[in-house]
Amino acid sequence: MSIRTAIVRRAIDSAALLAEVASVSNGATVAFLGTVREVNDGRAVTGIEYSAYGEMAERELAAIARECAATFGIADLAAEHRLGALALGETSIAIVLAHPHRAQAYEASRFVIEEVKRRLPIWKREGYVDGTSDWVNAGDVAQQGAAPEHRP
Amino acid sequence: MTVTALLFASYAEALGSDRVELALSGQPTVRDVVDRLRALPGGGALPESPLVAVNLTYAGADQRVESGDEVALIPPVAGG
Repeated sequence: MSIRTAIVRRAIDSAALLAEVASVSNGATVAFLGTVREVNDGRAVTGIEYSAYGEMAERELAAIARECAATFGIADLAAEHRLGALALGETSIAIVLAHPHRAQAYEASRFVIEEVKRRLPIWKREGYVDGTSDWVNAGDVAQQGAAPEHRP
Repeated sequence: MTVTALLFASYAEALGSDRVELALSGQPTVRDVVDRLRALPGGGALPESPLVAVNLTYAGADQRVESGDEVALIPPVAGG
C-alpha cells in the first residue's frame, strides 16, 4: 500500500509516480495529467501562475486521497499539484493510481480530480499574449458561499 | 481577542494585503470577521458570503471564532 500526495514547486515527473504505484496486485493503472492549455475562453494564453493556501492545500489533497482509498478500495495512489509559474504544456497536476480492476481505477481517478477542482485552495492567474493577466474563475459567483461540507 | 485573517489571490489584491489582524469583541463568528474585512478599504470587492476556512478547515458563516484563530477567505478555487 502506497498513498502519497504533495504540493510541489518543481516539475512533476509522471514516470516516477507511475513507478510509485506499481504493484503485482494491481491490474489497472490510470494516470491523469492536467497541463497548461494554449487557449482559455477564447484568449491566447502564455502561461499560468499557480498559488495556494499551501498548508490547507496539503491537508485537503491528503484528505481527498484518503477518501478515494476508502471509497474505491485504492491501495496505491500518488498525486502531486505544482505551484509557481508554468509554461504552456507543463503539467500542473498528476494523479496516478492503481487498482486490481479498471472500472474502480477510472472512477477513482475521476473522483480525485473532481474533488481537487471543487475544494483544493489553489488559484491560477493566466497570462495572455496581449500582456495582460487575470485570475481564473474569479467572477464565478456560483461557487461563492457553497462551502464544502465540514469534516472533522 | 484577536484573529488573523488570511487573504489570497483576487481577495488579497482587492485589500492590498494577504494578512490582517482583527480585534473583535463579544462572541464573534465567521460572519463578523467577513463583515469587518468588507468594511476595510477595498473590502467591497469581497462577496458577502465567501468560502471561509478556520484553522485550515472549511467553516460555515455561523461558526464561532476564538482568539488566535486563523480565518482564511477562500476565493473561487481553480486548482487542477
